[in-house]
Amino acid sequence: MASEAVYSHRDPMLKKRDDFEDILEERRNSSDLRYALKCYTPVLYKGLTPCKVSELKQMVLQSDQLGYVITQVSKEKGMTTDEVTGEAAAILEEMAQRLQLSTVRFFAFTLSKVFKTLFRSICVNEEGLQRLQQAIHNHPVVLLPSHRSYMDFLLMSYILYTYDLALPVIAAGMDFMGMKVVGEMLRMSGAFFIRRSFGGDKLYWAVFSEYVKIMLKNGYAPVEFFLEGTRSRTAKSLTPKLGLLNIVMDPFLKGEVFDISLVPVSISYERTLEEALYARELLGVPKPKESTSGLFKARKILSEDYGSIHVYFGQPVSVRSLAESRVNRSQFNLIPRHIPTRPSEEILSFVNDSAYRLVRAQEENMVLKPWVLLAFVLLQKQAAEDKQGTALDELTEQAVWLRDLSRHYGAFLHWPDHIPPSEVVSSSLSLHRGLVRISEGRVQLALEQGGQQVPGETRSAITPEEELLNQAVVILSCVSYRNQALNVFIRPALLASAIHTAASNRKQEIYNGFSFLRNMFSNEFILCPGATVQDFEEACYLLVKTGALQINQQEVLITERGHRTLAFLTSVLDPFLQGYQVVCRFLCEEDCLTEKQFIPAVRKFIIKHLLTGRLRYIEVLSSDLQKNALAALIRLGAVQKIKGGEEQGTLKLNKVMLNSLEDTLGGKLPTQKSVVAHL
Amino acid sequence: MASNSSGSDSSDRQRIAQQRLSVIAGHLQRPVEGNSGILAAECKAQGDKLDVSSEGRTVPRRRQEIMKWNGWGYSDSKFLYNKKGQAEFTGKRYRLSGMIIPGLREWMESTFGANLQHKTPAAPILNSSAVQPPTLNEAFLKELKSTGIPFSHDAEDRVFRSHGHCLHEIFALREGKIGRVPDLVVWPNCHNDVVKIVELACKHNVCLMPYGGGTSVSSALECPPEETRSIVSLDTSQMNRILWIDEKNLTAHVEAGIVGQDLERLLNESGYCTGHEPDSMEFSSLGGWVATRASGMKKNIYGNIEDLVVHIKMVTPQGVIEKSCQGPRMSTGPDVHHFIMGSEGTLGVVTEVTMKIRPMPEYQKYGSVVFPNFEMGVACLREVARQRCAPASIRLMDNEQFKFGHALKPQVSSIFTSFLDGLKKFYITKFKGFDPNRLCVATLLFEGDREKVLQHEKQVYDIAAKFGGLAAGEDNGQRGYMLTFVIAYLRDLGMDYYVIGESFETSVPWDRVLDICRNVKARIVRECKDKGVQFPPLSTCRVTQTYDAGACVYFYFAFNYRGLSDPVHVYEQVEHAAREEILANGGSLSHHHGVGKLRKEWMRETISSVGMGMLKSVKDYVDPNNIFGNRNLL
Repeated sequence: MASEAVYSHRDPMLKKRDDFEDILEERRNSSDLRYALKCYTPVLYKGLTPCKVSELKQMVLQSDQLGYVITQVSKEKGMTTDEVTGEAAAILEEMAQRLQLSTVRFFAFTLSKVFKTLFRSICVNEEGLQRLQQAIHNHPVVLLPSHRSYMDFLLMSYILYTYDLALPVIAAGMDFMGMKVVGEMLRMSGAFFIRRSFGGDKLYWAVFSEYVKIMLKNGYAPVEFFLEGTRSRTAKSLTPKLGLLNIVMDPFLKGEVFDISLVPVSISYERTLEEALYARELLGVPKPKESTSGLFKARKILSEDYGSIHVYFGQPVSVRSLAESRVNRSQFNLIPRHIPTRPSEEILSFVNDSAYRLVRAQEENMVLKPWVLLAFVLLQKQAAEDKQGTALDELTEQAVWLRDLSRHYGAFLHWPDHIPPSEVVSSSLSLHRGLVRISEGRVQLALEQGGQQVPGETRSAITPEEELLNQAVVILSCVSYRNQALNVFIRPALLASAIHTAASNRKQEIYNGFSFLRNMFSNEFILCPGATVQDFEEACYLLVKTGALQINQQEVLITERGHRTLAFLTSVLDPFLQGYQVVCRFLCEEDCLTEKQFIPAVRKFIIKHLLTGRLRYIEVLSSDLQKNALAALIRLGAVQKIKGGEEQGTLKLNKVMLNSLEDTLGGKLPTQKSVVAHL
Repeated sequence: MASNSSGSDSSDRQRIAQQRLSVIAGHLQRPVEGNSGILAAECKAQGDKLDVSSEGRTVPRRRQEIMKWNGWGYSDSKFLYNKKGQAEFTGKRYRLSGMIIPGLREWMESTFGANLQHKTPAAPILNSSAVQPPTLNEAFLKELKSTGIPFSHDAEDRVFRSHGHCLHEIFALREGKIGRVPDLVVWPNCHNDVVKIVELACKHNVCLMPYGGGTSVSSALECPPEETRSIVSLDTSQMNRILWIDEKNLTAHVEAGIVGQDLERLLNESGYCTGHEPDSMEFSSLGGWVATRASGMKKNIYGNIEDLVVHIKMVTPQGVIEKSCQGPRMSTGPDVHHFIMGSEGTLGVVTEVTMKIRPMPEYQKYGSVVFPNFEMGVACLREVARQRCAPASIRLMDNEQFKFGHALKPQVSSIFTSFLDGLKKFYITKFKGFDPNRLCVATLLFEGDREKVLQHEKQVYDIAAKFGGLAAGEDNGQRGYMLTFVIAYLRDLGMDYYVIGESFETSVPWDRVLDICRNVKARIVRECKDKGVQFPPLSTCRVTQTYDAGACVYFYFAFNYRGLSDPVHVYEQVEHAAREEILANGGSLSHHHGVGKLRKEWMRETISSVGMGMLKSVKDYVDPNNIFGNRNLL
């Protein structure tokens, strides 16, 4: 049914998307109180046996699954089953949601007020909500929103309440529980809390997975969680986490329900509330522990114009159709289903592939604002050390060019076509005035003031390093907007870079380069595992279609008009290439390093190089990039992480390989000869 | 049906039985064709000393004299809509015969969107010219003639033995389409006849396909189209005597061609029964049961065929296989009976079987229980199985089948009965709060000493009460079992009005029962929709047998095919998908229908490659030249 809707290689231009409705409009015209007290009668799952929160807990504690683990644990630890059951009950107590309509109504009221002051509009696709309603009626539903802000799950519940849809139960990180009042409030609006890590804790895992499964199977409520696991600080989608997806697919795989609908939801913010916060975090200013007072302070700072939010409810994806001819479900026939078993390789790779497809589905329906394109231009100018800034009309011309290109690549761009482009550009700039400086008709990033600088502080007191970090805050904020559109360009950009570095225009050689880069960056971007050929073909298709390339049996040729496109695309990947290179260089020069020391040390190294002008891209200061680079190097075997023993966490470095990787990334070594052999 | 039940029905039934016998007797009086008299008499003569029975048999050599050529069962029994547009069941053989069924039309219209205006009548008579001329092996034929065993290459005789009762088989016949059919039909009269036929077949390289009652629903009787040899259908129907009854050991030695109803009736005359009552028992044969591992409705008391069989004699190309004694259990390596049971005619012909018999039960009582929903019903059956107190038969129908059963209620004779029915309905739905769209019903059959039956009945009803079950009367129960015998006739009625359907079965562990029922039913609905079926299908199930470790589940599935260009293909795709779903949900490939050619593709994953190799090597030894070439199973 919906499997082909998840992702297809058909022409992205033809992608049909629904129209949006602004839900704040009605809020501005009618009583919030009446809205909060409105009659709420959602459509429920057809197979639902209604039950209370307390009954739900009983079902979990009495389930065969948990019973089995309790017996096991009690034998292992020499405790009585009653004691272990008590522990399980306590875990459940700590975890469980207590969804209450009254709390939801409270949120409906207050959030209406908050949203109206913060945002110009909250736009949702009503057709998507209709599809969701149908899905909720027919099958257990899992909601999978993208995660860019704390706002996400409150916003989700708010929208569902507005449209009279079943309110979800939401898997939330335990850190929220630190906020006493808010934590409890969230619990009462459907959040349930899970520990960030519970590696070997069998009992915890059993309670948790059984709790989620029971709510899902019985159609108690749609289950909502974030595939990316945490908020993306960079606005790039994160590599999906598989634990929960595995759990929610299990009831289908074991035949306990006929099907499960997975609904990817794309939430895009014109301005992220956490914009500067994220940038600081990526630069190593530690993340403030979530606290109630912190949240209120944040709210105070942020009481300005945040533009609009777009929420797109994607096509429900049937787990059944995903699994069709992929998973042999009879593998569960020979062991009682309540005995926990490690998922087979087949299941793991199925869940992994599904997760990637779902994240891509999220990415594809992310609404991009004109500002995102401006960020590309401004950042590239900045990196080119263009101190003058860009003239407004030049910026507009470039933005329009990029608009057309991105549309050809299937971007979901919200560019108001009825307004002259120059006005579109200037209104975008004014919304993000904290990040740009306009003087004498020329635009550049507002690096001099160093973001939100405390007034009164004298310039002389700032060290060059501090100044760099202040600039980096602005750059990384800006990068977080540019990143929103990276998924649109990433495949063509990988191809463009491969063409750029290839010694010849032989298709095979370019493919090798593409394959190398794709492999290198698969921790950085959402690139479905094992889909190299498809990605290559897709990139070729897009570039040929837009007239940038001509490809025949053997060769890839850049056309006359293709140079601009290719130059742009190459520059898209450039910061990442440079970032990974510098990480390699850094590691080559290190002797002994633990995983913990890695980030601070590499940061110091990069700052040094930035200050001496040997590095162009300030954004390589992003710890996200550094972590991804390390993960990639570990995956490729250039770095080995030692587990256990005295040297726990020490990084063992393969200098030959690191060196050769650095050279290959820099285009100094042909890909097929050196590193590809290692990979 | 063995009938000792209480109430006024017994006399009624005896009357019907007698009528049926007289009809059959009429058929038997006709002179037999051909020159088989003398040699057949030789067999009879040998049998005469031992032959306990004296009555006539149901199945004549020329089946066409009493049975439909393109539908189920007796020619005189069928459903039709009379001039008033009311459904009616013709003939005199069944309880429902001659009755009006007022609810059936509405049920068909509302369930399938069928319409009396849209008819799809079957080809009325068999067009012999559509049948390929037989490929005869002259040398074989010549020697066969010399043995005096009756045979025929008449087109009708051959077509009758070319099919079972799968939907596609009957559908094709109704359209007058006839594919590869056997080239010759032989009717051995006794074991020795079979030995001769098999010897001749081996000598002349002729393909033999054993034929019993012709009730297969696994394409087992379909002639392999790639078979180039002459195909001889070996019809066992004339090997239908009970050779002896051993009252000391409670066994009977019976020729394998006897059909279920004759076997029970003849044993009843001596005060015994086998208790083996598969739904097809009117027409299916003892040899067929053995060859497919049949299961009977009352297996809880009497056991399935593998529990009932004490000794089997089978003629194979390598000779006759049988055990040397009749010990009740042996530890002599793998039981060779288990090569025979389920061999589906690929190894040889079962000719004689020694079966356990039991004294006829003193008392029989039907019953029924209504549950608020299917889940409770299954939980109750599971508990009954756990306590090992299942009655002779216990079956749980889902809501759709309950409604279906209701639609088949014959016109009630008195206002009083209909008033009572109304009251019952009121009590269950209004007073007890059962949702008429969710409730389901279990039908029960108790057998044994009167006292024990009553005690047993109480025990079962007490368990049922724990699961919210309400006793719903004997009548509902009895009607449920009656439906078993007429449901096959109903398919023919459906096919007159664009509705095609079939049933299929599986067995599944207890913890999977609910899941498999839900998923398979939902899969059928979804597949129908995906394949362009214009009307919602009927997709329903029942749990028909309980075991210690699981249950047997039956699915019924039918749809209105108006608007489809190739309904049979759609049907087959849906059935295929349903079977995939069954296997994915931990169900077995078959509980008792067998594999035939229809389900062959799943055999390897079902029994593993090594398992296939084992079966294959047995086949290779026993029948190296593939004389028994029906190509079932492997």
